[in-house]
Amino acid sequence: MAAVAGSTPVVRFFVSARSFIAVLGVLAVVGLLVFGLLSKGSSGVAVGDLAPVESLPRLEGSGSESLADYRGRWVLVNFWASWCPPCRAEAADLQRFQERLGGPEFTVLGIDSRDLTDDGVEFVERYAMTYPQLRDGDGDTAQAFGTTGLPESFLIDPRGKVRLHAPGEVDEAYLDEEVAPLLSGGKS
Amino acid sequence: MSARLAAVAVIAAALLAPAAGAEQSASLTEIEKQVMCPVCGTLLQLAESPQAQRERVFINRLIDEGRSEEEVKDALVAEYGDEVLALPPDSGFSLSAYVVPIVAFLIAAAALAVGILRWRRGGPGGTAPRQGSGPSGADAERLDADLARYDL
Repeated sequence: MAAVAGSTPVVRFFVSARSFIAVLGVLAVVGLLVFGLLSKGSSGVAVGDLAPVESLPRLEGSGSESLADYRGRWVLVNFWASWCPPCRAEAADLQRFQERLGGPEFTVLGIDSRDLTDDGVEFVERYAMTYPQLRDGDGDTAQAFGTTGLPESFLIDPRGKVRLHAPGEVDEAYLDEEVAPLLSGGKS
Repeated sequence: MSARLAAVAVIAAALLAPAAGAEQSASLTEIEKQVMCPVCGTLLQLAESPQAQRERVFINRLIDEGRSEEEVKDALVAEYGDEVLALPPDSGFSLSAYVVPIVAFLIAAAALAVGILRWRRGGPGGTAPRQGSGPSGADAERLDADLARYDL
């Protein structure tokens, strides 16, 4: 530094310009790494966290919806895809649960993830699913929730917080024993 | 006049024919090399998952409908998003995937060239102090004065 301090203004200018470029380069690399981590390394949501509320297109028909539209209701968000065998296995149980408990206070909400639209629509028709269905073609919402596979379900309370996480297939017994008590306030 | 028109029509048809042929040349094998299986995170060509099988069925259906390679890829992007493409699009932030390596290479090449030039000027003992490179004149006097103040 003493050499720089004692050198001519031209030399000092080039040394400082070089340092500036080096710092700029390091910042650019760090910025890219941070961007990559933030965009890819989502750790998902845990019980007690607010659920992501990205808007998604409806699987059938036009328009889009967000979980924010369901504030004030309990929502069982179920990520599924037509090509996923366990999703087929749980479809009938979820539909029956919706028929028994669905209403102004609660609904199942299906999110068809990384699936072809036509396949998803056919799946909904085959299993006569009547609850709302959204489409997450690029899987970004599933990633925001931190899913590691399909199917996965998240119970969201009326304030938008995750109250239960069910990785993997759910069945009637699980829904009755784990989900239903929370809806009626019988389990904290 | 009509003979001239006919000749123009024949030439135009000959010129357009290769383009039309290229449009019809979409094949599953070629497209599989350019798109991903979004669930597996690998090229579709290498994927055997149920989702990959459905993706192949979708591509074959579009090819049977006479869609070009670009149209098939556009349809896949509409279904699965940009990440279905093995190569990122050359627009928006994805452009950095192409630009950053080139810029990094140029910077590295320039740094290497400057380093080699300096090394050659400094000779084989590049790190050794060069003769006559010490301070002189006012700098030498100031250095002596500074050193005198640090009498260890």
